[in-house]
Amino acid sequence: MRTLVLPILVPLSTAVVLMLAPKRPVPQRWISLTGSVLLLASAILVFLRVNAAGVQVLQISGWPALFGITLVADLLAAVLVVAVGVVGTAISVVAFSGVDPRREAFGYHSLIQILLMGVAGAFLTGDFFNLYVWFEVMLVASFVLMALNRTRVQMEAAFKYVTINLIASSIFLTALGLLYGATGTLNMAELARVWPTISTPGVDTVLAVLFLIAFSIKAGLFPLFFWLPASYHTPPAAIGAAFAGLLTKVGVYALIRVFTLLFHSASPALFALLLAMSAATMVIGLVAALNERDFRRVLSFNLVGHIGYTTASLSLLTPAALAGAIFYVLHHIVVITNLYLVSGVLLRLRRTTDMAGLGGMYRDQPVFSALAMIPIFSLAGVPPFSGFLGKLAILEGTFAAGAYWTGGLVLVVGLLTLLSMGRTWADSFWRPAADAHDVAAPGTPFLVAIAALSLVTVAMTIGAEPLFELTSRGAQQLLQRDEYVRAVLGGTH
Amino acid sequence: MEVLLAVASGVLYAAGIYLMLRRRLAQLIIGIGLLSNGTNLLIFTAGGLTRARPPVVPDGAQALVEPYADPVPQALVLTAIVIGFGLLAFSLVLAQRVHATVGTDDIDEVGRER
Repeated sequence: MRTLVLPILVPLSTAVVLMLAPKRPVPQRWISLTGSVLLLASAILVFLRVNAAGVQVLQISGWPALFGITLVADLLAAVLVVAVGVVGTAISVVAFSGVDPRREAFGYHSLIQILLMGVAGAFLTGDFFNLYVWFEVMLVASFVLMALNRTRVQMEAAFKYVTINLIASSIFLTALGLLYGATGTLNMAELARVWPTISTPGVDTVLAVLFLIAFSIKAGLFPLFFWLPASYHTPPAAIGAAFAGLLTKVGVYALIRVFTLLFHSASPALFALLLAMSAATMVIGLVAALNERDFRRVLSFNLVGHIGYTTASLSLLTPAALAGAIFYVLHHIVVITNLYLVSGVLLRLRRTTDMAGLGGMYRDQPVFSALAMIPIFSLAGVPPFSGFLGKLAILEGTFAAGAYWTGGLVLVVGLLTLLSMGRTWADSFWRPAADAHDVAAPGTPFLVAIAALSLVTVAMTIGAEPLFELTSRGAQQLLQRDEYVRAVLGGTH
Repeated sequence: MEVLLAVASGVLYAAGIYLMLRRRLAQLIIGIGLLSNGTNLLIFTAGGLTRARPPVVPDGAQALVEPYADPVPQALVLTAIVIGFGLLAFSLVLAQRVHATVGTDDIDEVGRER
């Protein structure tokens, strides 16, 4: 199906047009918005086709699988690409309220499009080496976005970010080299087919651990997450929103992919390790969030903590838990992107995101506060929002799999999240401001983007039943593998 | 030959990681370079070594005759070298800018408030 290349081709073309177009803000912003909307539209097309007709495959240039590069979209990849479109559109809208001129002159908009292309490519590729290439595309764009400023804090954050990501890439590449040495292919479907016949427990464990380390750095799992809170709060809100919404999720996606395709029958100790790492991520992330007094740093630690939910569910490898994990990833992409945009508005209003300088929003900015309430309470897991439903799905999954400890931990961490976000809401919005007052207007583009993302959250809440049915089918597809393998390699296998 | 390359790649990994644990930016970047070259060598070695048998169909023949060198690891390494080179160049520019902004190449000093 040719449409499959569009979510990659559209942002690439947009980036090229943006580079050639006049470097004035207005045309750049409109082209970027058009590109993002087209990306969203093409992603929805791909999704509808996958939803109706099952796993879709495109062999680039007609080279059959194993010789050429394969693009594959199963339900998980398709819904995630739609989420990329949603986040991309929101980021492009926010650009209308002004980007720091230095960044805009240095091709901010094309870099955002290249970032979107890298993320969409990573979700759609059916080849592990190609996945590595998309990781690098995404990383180079994020490096430049991160480093396009000369303040001391940003320089420090950028260097940490670059170094740790280069280490993760080297580990990933090492794993790929060994995997190729063992099997002679890096095509995901072919690997899923031949791996059970080739792998020996030793090789299986070594490779799984290498993949686990590489992707855990990207996803931000304990003990490998410390780079994330050290860097994500430094760039402007729109960039932070794109990073927080998409980049760590690519790590989670890659973990889901390798563990469902290759290492599903690896040693139980490996899954226990993943579970332990996830549990520590949840607890440490949320305890650290409670200790922070800066809105954006609270978000960074909440981001880290909630990644633990999804990977803990992954470690159980049951359909119900995996369905809950996919639901939670989708909810989290929308909500965390939205909250980083909220932090951008706070920064515009008060020139700070330290809670000491916030407060009184509820009185001064009732519309903005009402909009911000939706993602804040959704992340906190207050019923009936999507965060509550996502946690419920994960809880059901863990209890059904007999993982009572994990379920209990999810509940405790849910309570901590509620505490963290409740306090954030009270301190930033509800509490009367001591002597703080607004120095600027929130900016209509920001409000439009926040309203749109809040609407998506509400829609995910109302449409939770069909969405959950969808993620359940996605989880089935991941665990059964036959449909994926057959779609890529043809009916003979 | 495999043993020799495996040892060489191991030495590159070790040296790279050692340099990355140093505090100076310049050493960190050399470490990144060594690490990525160690990885490239590993891919090449793990893919299997075949001497003097290029994967090119000779004149007049219809197909390759075994044994021939596997072209895929070569393609992978080539891609990885290009990507690694680009990232190394980017890190160098970033380090130069960090030095220009902060006035030191000690990583601990970069994070310290004045």
